[in-house]
Amino acid sequence: MNRFAIPLLAFVVVVAFLGVGLTLKPRELPSPLLGKPAPAFELPGLPPAREAFSSAQMRGDVWLLNVWASWCAACRTEHPLLNRLARAGTLRIVGLNYKDDAADADAWLQRFGNPYTHIAFDRHGRVGIEYGVYGVPETYLIDRHGIIRFKHIGPLTPDIMQHRLLPLVETLNGDSA
Amino acid sequence: MIPELGHFALILALLMALLQAILPLYGSFANIPAWVAVARPAAYGQLLLVALAFAGLLYAFIHGDFSVAYVANHSNSHLPLLYRISGVWGGHEGSLLLWSLILALWSGAVAAFTRHIPDRIAARILSVMAMISVGFFLFMLLTSNPFARLIPAPAEGRDLNPLLQDIGLAIHPPMLYAGYVGFSVAFAFAVAALLGGRLDAAWARWARPWTNIAWMFLTIGIALGSWWAYYELGWGGWWFWDPVENASFMPWLAGTALLHSLAATASRGAFKAWTVLLAVCAFSLSLLGTFLVRSGVLTSVHAFATDPARGLFILIFLGIVVGGSLALYAWRAPALAAHIRFAPLSRETALLINNVFFGALCFAVLTGTLYPLILDALSGAKISVGEPYFNFLFAVIGAPLALCIGVGALLRWKRDHIARLRRQLPAAALVSVGAGLLWPLAMTHHPYSLNAGLGLALGCWVMVSALLGLRERSGGWRWRNLAHTPRSVYGMTLAHFGVGVFIIGVTFTNAYSVEKDLRMARGETVHLAGYGFRFNGVSDHRGVNYDAARGELVVSKSAGGGRRTIALYPEKRTYLVQKNPMTEAAIDAGLTRDLYVALGEALDGDQVWSVRIYYKPFIRWIWLGALLMAGGGLVAATDKRYRRRARSAAGEATAVPPQTAGQAAAG
Amino acid sequence: MTRPALMAPVMLALLVTAAPGPAAAQVEAVNFENARQEDLYRDLIDELRCLVCANQSLSDSNADLAADLRARVYEMVAGGQSREAIIDYMVKRYGEYVLYRPRLSPATAFLWFAPFAVALAGFALIFTMAKRRSRQPPCTAAQSQQARALLEDERHW
Repeated sequence: MNRFAIPLLAFVVVVAFLGVGLTLKPRELPSPLLGKPAPAFELPGLPPAREAFSSAQMRGDVWLLNVWASWCAACRTEHPLLNRLARAGTLRIVGLNYKDDAADADAWLQRFGNPYTHIAFDRHGRVGIEYGVYGVPETYLIDRHGIIRFKHIGPLTPDIMQHRLLPLVETLNGDSA
Repeated sequence: MIPELGHFALILALLMALLQAILPLYGSFANIPAWVAVARPAAYGQLLLVALAFAGLLYAFIHGDFSVAYVANHSNSHLPLLYRISGVWGGHEGSLLLWSLILALWSGAVAAFTRHIPDRIAARILSVMAMISVGFFLFMLLTSNPFARLIPAPAEGRDLNPLLQDIGLAIHPPMLYAGYVGFSVAFAFAVAALLGGRLDAAWARWARPWTNIAWMFLTIGIALGSWWAYYELGWGGWWFWDPVENASFMPWLAGTALLHSLAATASRGAFKAWTVLLAVCAFSLSLLGTFLVRSGVLTSVHAFATDPARGLFILIFLGIVVGGSLALYAWRAPALAAHIRFAPLSRETALLINNVFFGALCFAVLTGTLYPLILDALSGAKISVGEPYFNFLFAVIGAPLALCIGVGALLRWKRDHIARLRRQLPAAALVSVGAGLLWPLAMTHHPYSLNAGLGLALGCWVMVSALLGLRERSGGWRWRNLAHTPRSVYGMTLAHFGVGVFIIGVTFTNAYSVEKDLRMARGETVHLAGYGFRFNGVSDHRGVNYDAARGELVVSKSAGGGRRTIALYPEKRTYLVQKNPMTEAAIDAGLTRDLYVALGEALDGDQVWSVRIYYKPFIRWIWLGALLMAGGGLVAATDKRYRRRARSAAGEATAVPPQTAGQAAAG
Repeated sequence: MTRPALMAPVMLALLVTAAPGPAAAQVEAVNFENARQEDLYRDLIDELRCLVCANQSLSDSNADLAADLRARVYEMVAGGQSREAIIDYMVKRYGEYVLYRPRLSPATAFLWFAPFAVALAGFALIFTMAKRRSRQPPCTAAQSQQARALLEDERHW
């Protein structure tokens, strides 16, 4: 082969990668916690009236951990979906109220509805760090054995709910039933 | 009306560029002198039309015509005039227009200052440059029209990003683009040579001053960007290895290799194919940088607003320009193979070693920049490659490079003798090692720093051997000899000396910087690196288009009872339109140290603030070194030998000095 | 410090569009028992990536999450944890993406070694070429004429 063609070949490879690169989303990070045990935590409930929450309570259940805050605009878009899910009673949803003001959070729930069976109050975002939260909202699906099975960053959409989350919940529920 | 005229001028410029791309090229092969003769007037015409378009946008900015979407997004009626002007290139669309204008200026300069080159070759060069212009005009007209109207017009513009409201960043892009785009001249020379299938030493001599000037602009542009990041971002760093910075650094590395390779080709007719490849690479990397900055494939702090359609367009354009020229290279380069004899110890070998070093560094930057993307494409894994990676590679590859600079500058063409080096080098080595060992001892308030010693030794070695190289080339320190030494030798000496200054600046800044983030109460004094900093509190201050909290720190020497004090006023600004807070560091600059103060947050009412204080020794040497390098490029470009018409003395009289060409291109 | 810095990345991708994103540098007062801990802290916040920013280390970012993570690093350093332990902690939660110094693995071997391989291959090539070129027979008549033409320049070079 002509050695003067090497630069051309190298360039073709680079351009191919750049072309693929245009279709990638460099900001969507896979969670290293997928398939790993969900970090255990205990937090006070959202003040003033809600009871404290410990992840140990959820053992043996398939549950959803939803990280939200009243200052997070995108949380509002996914909230009706969560409300509907809660009404359907498919699974329990735990809210992790992330770096929020308790009064704001409470007012927010009054206004938009409360889909959560428990609300853990993560005032300083410590539990957030344990879960590798970097964008709010984030949603984790945790199975009976406390393993994280699914993670979604950003607002949930009906599509994700229908085609990814709910089928997975069904399988997980069926697993040990 | 004016914006429409600008838009129309842009369309005409596209047509003119098409004319300039097709007719002269065809004419040069079909032997139609009239078509060949189209090249120069078309280049001037294109320049005129782009200048009109640019003037149209400038007019819209100065008069605050917010019915133009681009103006509405990047200006505001309260914006000072200077930033209304620099706002023209403060965003994606306008910066493309600036890019095109500078390309047209280079085209015009090539048309004006290549009378000593055979018409047919000049025509091909101008044709290749016009093809690049066509691509950028199409890019603007199809995806990024700076003249697009916004109806109904908003009453007020959204303002220029406050970070860009700064003199450093007003002149940084024109310089940088003058460098990026300037490499298109060397590229066009290379492609023209490949098209013609002939390349001689005269070609390299013609190409050299253009490459030098482009490289000088790029050096200044990068240095300006670094200086701006240092004082404006408030972190005190001078280089962050961001993809956008890397995008400007890769063409610089390839361009530096090209400068050296051209020296061998011009003087010895050696390495022709390799030199042509480097010329193609330097500009290709400029285009790649454009793609990286404007496509959104990499996450960068400085990226422009991104849009997949734009990314796709540049990628296709990149594929045509670079793929086409590399295919041409694969086809024609075998004919360029030369058989020049040289010994293992010779200037030729030294220049090749230089090229390997710069090639490896450039490859490292390219790999590090693209690797996250490549890995993501292959496996979906997400990683980051940043400062620690690049610093490691540049230290490991850069240190031996610095050792070689000194020796390389001393070597003679064809064959040199180790005995000659043995006479010259020990003194330089002794001076360097001695300085490197002793200096850290002199820095009494700092523990012995091996890195600083190594850096000083390397820096001295480069500087001393640069001077030895000057003596060697001029034949001694006598005035008669020095006066007859070609400018290119002085340019090289100056640039190499600058490398030494740069190395010392980098290593000293790294080794001896002191950085403290502190709580300071009003009236409190802290001592740092031999200076006392007294915090006198914060007051409100009103700027033209911002409100600021302005702190006052009074600095005095801790020891020696010096009376001299310096007052520093760091600010925290809130620009009225965009509302984001901005840190405006206050810096007392000096040749041997900078004192750098930035204001953080109010911690306790108005009395206690968090304050960042940096002591940055020798940081100015980093930019000083870069300026010396750029100066070297300029001095070398004025060498008379480059302007000689092939084998005829008459060329001397008609040729205009290339540095004038460069200045014209900058204007 | 602004809350919106912590919005979903989807929103971020939309918001972080204008040219240079970063603005004010965050300044926090930190105190350590000894210089070694302070150095470790500064190294770590330089080498860990702020996840919500465009491309900034923890030390360069003023995002809310970056401040939280700096605080976490500070606690761990002050608590006497080793560099490796802290890096492990971050990677377990945020993935390899959080490291600006990618760890050596089969996937990153090319990244770390290829530049050196390029340099070594280049030197090997030069060496063989110089050996060959120095032993070549004297040049042809045309070449020597070319060389003579160049002689004038060489005198000064």
